Amino acid sequence: MAESEHHDHDHHHEELGFWRKYVFSTDHKVIGIQYAVTGMLFLFFGFCLMMLMRWQLAFPGEPVPLLGKLFPRGLPGGVMLPEFYNELGAMHGTIMVFMGIVPLAVGGFGNFVLPLQIGAPDMAFPRLNMMSYQSFLIGGLIMFGSFFLPEGAAQSGWTSYPPLADIAPSGQTAWLIGMVFLITSSLLGAINFLVTTIQLRADGLSFFRLPFFCWAQFVTSFLLLLAFPPLEAAAFMQLMDRVAGTSFFLPSGLVVSGQALEVSGGGSPILWQHLFWFLAHPEVYVLILPAFGIVAEIIANNTRKPLWGYKSMVYSLIVLGFLSFVVWAHHMFLTGMGTTMSAFFQTTTMMISIPSVIILTALILSLWGGSIRFTTPMLFALGFLPMFGIGGLTGLPLGLTAPDIHLHDTYYVIGHFHYVVAPGTIFALFAGIYYWYPKVTGRHMSEFWGKVHFWPSFVLMNLIFFPMLIQGMAGMSRRMYDGGATYAHNEGVLYLNKVISFAAWGLALAQIPFILNLFLSLRKPKTASANPWRATTIEWAAPSPPGHGNFTRPVAAYRGPYEYSVPGESEDFTPQFEPAKAPVAAH
Amino acid sequence: MADAHAHAPGLAHHFESYEQQKESAFLGMWIFLAQEIMFFSGLFTCYLVYRVLYPHAFLVGSRELDWRIGAANTVVLLLSSFTMVVAVLGAKQGRRKMIVLGLLGTLLFGGIFLGVKVFEYGSKWEHHLVPGPYFEWHGDPSVGREVELFFSLYFGMTGMHALHMVIGMGIMLVMLPLAWRGKWTPQNHNFVEGFGLYWHFVDIVWIFLFPFLYLIGLSGGSSH
Repeated sequence: MAESEHHDHDHHHEELGFWRKYVFSTDHKVIGIQYAVTGMLFLFFGFCLMMLMRWQLAFPGEPVPLLGKLFPRGLPGGVMLPEFYNELGAMHGTIMVFMGIVPLAVGGFGNFVLPLQIGAPDMAFPRLNMMSYQSFLIGGLIMFGSFFLPEGAAQSGWTSYPPLADIAPSGQTAWLIGMVFLITSSLLGAINFLVTTIQLRADGLSFFRLPFFCWAQFVTSFLLLLAFPPLEAAAFMQLMDRVAGTSFFLPSGLVVSGQALEVSGGGSPILWQHLFWFLAHPEVYVLILPAFGIVAEIIANNTRKPLWGYKSMVYSLIVLGFLSFVVWAHHMFLTGMGTTMSAFFQTTTMMISIPSVIILTALILSLWGGSIRFTTPMLFALGFLPMFGIGGLTGLPLGLTAPDIHLHDTYYVIGHFHYVVAPGTIFALFAGIYYWYPKVTGRHMSEFWGKVHFWPSFVLMNLIFFPMLIQGMAGMSRRMYDGGATYAHNEGVLYLNKVISFAAWGLALAQIPFILNLFLSLRKPKTASANPWRATTIEWAAPSPPGHGNFTRPVAAYRGPYEYSVPGESEDFTPQFEPAKAPVAAH
Repeated sequence: MADAHAHAPGLAHHFESYEQQKESAFLGMWIFLAQEIMFFSGLFTCYLVYRVLYPHAFLVGSRELDWRIGAANTVVLLLSSFTMVVAVLGAKQGRRKMIVLGLLGTLLFGGIFLGVKVFEYGSKWEHHLVPGPYFEWHGDPSVGREVELFFSLYFGMTGMHALHMVIGMGIMLVMLPLAWRGKWTPQNHNFVEGFGLYWHFVDIVWIFLFPFLYLIGLSGGSSH
C-alpha cells in the first residue's frame, strides 16, 4: 500500500546514487537481477553440499580429500559424521527449493520479464518488491549461517517432520526462523505479481493475449499466496514446541534413546505432515510452472510457429493450479491415514496428471512442422521436454497407493523428483538465462560455449538420475548414510553409487563453460538489438537493456502473443506491439 | 508512462491514473488479507483437529477462561473498529482532525484490549496454566495433560492475534503525524482505507476466537 503514496515526482530525471540504484533499488529489473544472482549462488552452494554427500555415498567412511581441514566439525580428519551427512541432506533440499529455484524462477525471471511482457513500467508496488528481496536475503543468510552454529544446521530433512525435528539440535530453530523470512518474501512477491498482472497490462493486452509465461507466473503466484501461510502457522507452532515447551506435534509417551521425554504430549506429528504438504505439494508446481512458461516462450520463438493449443494450455494451467491444492496427502500414503483418504488422494493425483500431460503434449506438438532453430536456449528447452516427461511418468506409480508402498522412501522417489526439477526445471531456467540474457545485459552469450554446456549436462543428468530409479526399484532406502551398504538386498545396485557420484562431479565440471560464459559475456560490446531473437512478445519492444520506466514509447498489444509465420506478412514474425498495417482478420 | 501526469501529487510514476492506483492498492490489500485468512486457517485447523481428539479437555480448559472478560474485550475491539471507520470517513471528507481523532480512539481501544490481555495472561501464569515446564493442572481431575494443548492453542492463537494488533498500532503511530500534516486528501487516501480493512480483519479474527476459546465451556456438555 505504501508504494502508492510515495512522492518521487522527479525520479525520471534524477540520477540515483550507488545504494539506491543497485542495493536498495525499487526497479523491478534490478530486483529481478538481484534475485537471479542470489538464487544462482544458492543453487551452486546447494550443489556443492550434494557433491560432498555423493563422496560419502560412493566411498562410505573414507576421508574426503582436502576438505577435512575446512570443516573440522562435520569432517573430523576428513571422515564425514552421520550428523553432518544429515545436515547436508536437509540443507541441500531446503536451499535448492526455497533459496535456489523459486528465487530464480519466480523472483528472478518473474520480476524481470513479467512487467516487460505485459508492457508495464514497473511492478505495482515497487517498495514491497524491494522488501520481498531483502526478506529473502535475510532468510537465506540465516539458513547459510546456521552451518556455523555450534551444533550445525538443521538435520531433519527439508520436510522437518516431527517428532524428530521438534527435538533436533538448535539448527532446526534457525531453519524455522529462516523459513519465516523466506515465506514472507514469497508472499510479498505473490501479492505484487497478482496485482501487477491484473492492473498494469498494456492497452489491448487481454488475458487471452498474455504470453504463456505470464500465465504461468500468475498461477504460480496464486499457489504461493494460498499454500505458504498454513506452513507459516505450522512453522510457528513447531518453533513453540522447540522453545516454549508446547506439544503441538509431540505425541504422548515419546521415548528417545531409552529415556522418556519430559513433555506434556498429546500432539499429532501427522498434523505437521498435513500442514507441510499442503504447502509443499503446490510448491512442486511452483517449481515447474515457471519452467513451462519459459519453455513455451522459447519453443514458439524457435519453431517460428504459434504454440499448439495455447488456450487448452492456459485452461490446463488453471485446472492444475486448483487441483494442486487437493493432492497433498499422496506424500503420506504410508502414515496409516486410512484407505478412504488414500483412495481420495490417489484419485485426485491421477486427475492432476491430465492437465500436465496436456501441456507437455501441446509443447511437443508445437514442434511439429516447424523449421526449428537449434539455438542454445532451444536446446535446453528441447532437453526439458523428455526429461520432464520421464519425471512426470515416473511419478504415476508413486501416486497409486499399491506401488507406492514399495517405492516410498527409496531412491526411486529421489530419481523421480530430480528428473522433474533438475534436468526439468533447471534446464528450463538455463534456457531462460540464455534467452533473456541479451535483454538483461544488451550482450549475447556465446552460442558455442552454450552448446558445450548443454550436451555434457544432458548426458550427465541422465547418468545421475536414471540409476537412482533402478536402485529404488531394487529397494534401496534414501537417507542412508552409508549408501545402503547395511542391507544385503542392496548389494546388486551398490556399484551404481560410484557411477552416480562421478557423474555428479562431472556435471559440476560441465557447468564451468556456463559460469565463464555468463561472466565473460559481460565484457563483450553491447551489440544486442532490441529484438535479437525476432520474437513477438512485448518485452522485445523495450531497448536492450531497458532503461528506467522500461519503454521508450507507449506500448499496446494489437494481437495474440505468438503470431509467427502469419501468411501474407513479409516477415516470419508479427510482434504483438506492432500496429496492424492493414486490417487483420480476427482469429 | 506519459510524463503528463508525472507531477500529480501522490500519484506514483507507474500508474496512469488515481483510479488505477486506488484499484491496485485495494486489490493488493484484499490479496494480502486472503493470505492472512490462510494463515489463521492453519491455526484453526490445529484447533479443529485437537478439539475433535480431546473434546472434553477443551470444554474443561475453556472454563478456566473468564468469558466476561472476553466479552468485554470483544466490545472494546468493536468500538475500535468504529473509531477506525471514523478515521476513514475523515480521510474521505478531507477532515484531518477527524482522521487524527479516529486514529487516537482506535489506539486507545486497541491499547485497552491489549492491557486486558496482559492481565489475563498474567493470571494464567499465576495459575500455572502457561504451557511448558511450568504448567501444572489442579483443575478438573477427569482430564490429563492433554488439557495443556488447549492452553497452547489459546496462547498461540490469541498471541498471533495480539501480534497483528501490535503491528497495526505501530503503523497507526506512524500514521498519526502524517494525518496531522494533512497527507491524506479526499482524492488520495488509499493508505488509510486499506489500513482500515486490515484493522477490521484483525477484529473479525477475534470474533471467531472469542466463542471458540471462551464460550465453548458454557455449553451443557460438561458431564463426564
